[in-house]
Amino acid sequence: MEISREEILHIAKLADLKINEEELENYKKNLEDILNFANTINKVDTQNVDISIGTIENVNVFREDEVVPFENEKGLLENAQDKEDNMFRIPKVI
Amino acid sequence: MELYELTVHELLEKLEKNEITPEDITKSYIERINNKEQDIQAFITLLDKEAEETAKNIEAERKKYEGIPIGIKDNICTKGVKTTCASKMLEDFVSPYDATVVEKLKDEGLIMMGKMNMDEFAMGSSTEYSYFKKTKNPWDLTRVPGGSSGGSIAAVASNMLPWALGSETGGSVRQPASLCGIVGLKPTYGLVSRYGLVAYASSLDQIGPATKDVEDCALLLGLIAGHDKKDTTSANVDKKDYLAHLKDGVKGLKIGVPKEFFQKGINEEVKENILNAIEIYKNLGAKVEEFSFSMADYMLPIYYIIACAEASSNLGRFDGIRYGHRAKEFSSLKELYVNSRTEGFGDEVKRRIILGTYVLSSGYYEAYYKKAQKLRTLVINEFKKGFEKYDVILTPTSPTTAFKIGEKSDNPLEMYLADLYTVPVNIAGLPAISIPSGVDSNRLPIGLQLIGNHFEEDKLLQIAYAFEQAFKFREKYKPDFKK
Repeated sequence: MEISREEILHIAKLADLKINEEELENYKKNLEDILNFANTINKVDTQNVDISIGTIENVNVFREDEVVPFENEKGLLENAQDKEDNMFRIPKVI
Repeated sequence: MELYELTVHELLEKLEKNEITPEDITKSYIERINNKEQDIQAFITLLDKEAEETAKNIEAERKKYEGIPIGIKDNICTKGVKTTCASKMLEDFVSPYDATVVEKLKDEGLIMMGKMNMDEFAMGSSTEYSYFKKTKNPWDLTRVPGGSSGGSIAAVASNMLPWALGSETGGSVRQPASLCGIVGLKPTYGLVSRYGLVAYASSLDQIGPATKDVEDCALLLGLIAGHDKKDTTSANVDKKDYLAHLKDGVKGLKIGVPKEFFQKGINEEVKENILNAIEIYKNLGAKVEEFSFSMADYMLPIYYIIACAEASSNLGRFDGIRYGHRAKEFSSLKELYVNSRTEGFGDEVKRRIILGTYVLSSGYYEAYYKKAQKLRTLVINEFKKGFEKYDVILTPTSPTTAFKIGEKSDNPLEMYLADLYTVPVNIAGLPAISIPSGVDSNRLPIGLQLIGNHFEEDKLLQIAYAFEQAFKFREKYKPDFKK
């Protein structure tokens, strides 16, 4: 199967990645190779098969959305490049 | 014999008898690191000074494991010590908390000796995709140690650590353990907490022990297993005493051998070695039977579709805002995200994000991602059927022995084939162990894989132990650091 250059650029955009000309050609070829290899899965009949999202209990796990204090707020903020007081600073959005 | 050559259970015995002190152990390992690390390149962060200091201050009244060193793969969070995932993206990241496994080890008094090299974000099978350095195989320094937990495994194999923690998504503990001649275990999904393990593919990831022998593996699993409410996928089961049945032997136990795992792509010497291992099991009294595993051909596609899909979602969090690499140049918030990610991620990580985004994108979701999830059900069912008949399933761990550095790094598909026999286990959430079963004509280790039913690690370890005691790999072979 062939994947178009436009498609690769579209996917990169969705993934928030910029790719140059050389990378574009490489990823295009890699993706085609991998998907050609992966297409064997279409040989398997899965008409009456359910999907698995996990392996032991195939259920989504829910929990109460409770606020729990975190004791190392300073440590959290220390990894941010740009911050003010106890907040992360980002470029102006509007 | 030097202390660094001993297993942890041997060290514990000497500590018990007061023949040695924790300080002796740490000193011995640091001396070994000073001699071998320049050749092996296993550590991203070495904590030798801190380790020495901690060992010196251990009092006579100590806990059982207090003073035993350990290495931690660099995608497991350690409070106050860098956790880089071997990526430029997290080059300066210092976690504000400890992963649950690290907390457990600290509570027992283990000494952290360092953070270990790996493929960037655990994506790779050779540790060549680390942003920082390439780890070498202690048996032949021109070859890869396997991956992605190559640093953890190579350090144990070269006696720079008595044991270490790695992590698995599709074989990242077992495959390098096989290539470096040590023991590696992937526990049942949910047995070990993933809290603080930087996520690659959440439905496949598990932390696992890398040890010199099976008994140490049982000990380390006992230290890290158990329910954790901070991980919603943590299984609510009691951990077992993994030593209880270790020495019970294999008489009467049933071992299934899937014939498809001995056909395409397997190296002849590996095949011969594993067939020989089967004979050893028969002589020990196990019943061995061949069976057919019809899903074998689809394992790698299922794995790479699901793993990359989950990765593309998990790695969305790296945007340069709260932590991680932030681009210097940008004119908008969007550009800040894009530039930070483009500069921070390496080639293989981008490749997998792109593949994952593709299989999740509109028009392809049904054909690839959903289809793979359906096939996952069939794989789980096929294993279920297998375990109705057999106590364990036996296969090679890796289709080949260690390959040359650079041999596969430019061909992603070639590299993916290295995981042929290990990924089925992660797809089905099963426990599996790799133990050394001999060497090939180049004196490179070969690994035997045993796959168990969910939460039957005790039986798995028991069957592995029987082979280890009969074969005595550690007495026969040692890495010779061939240049």
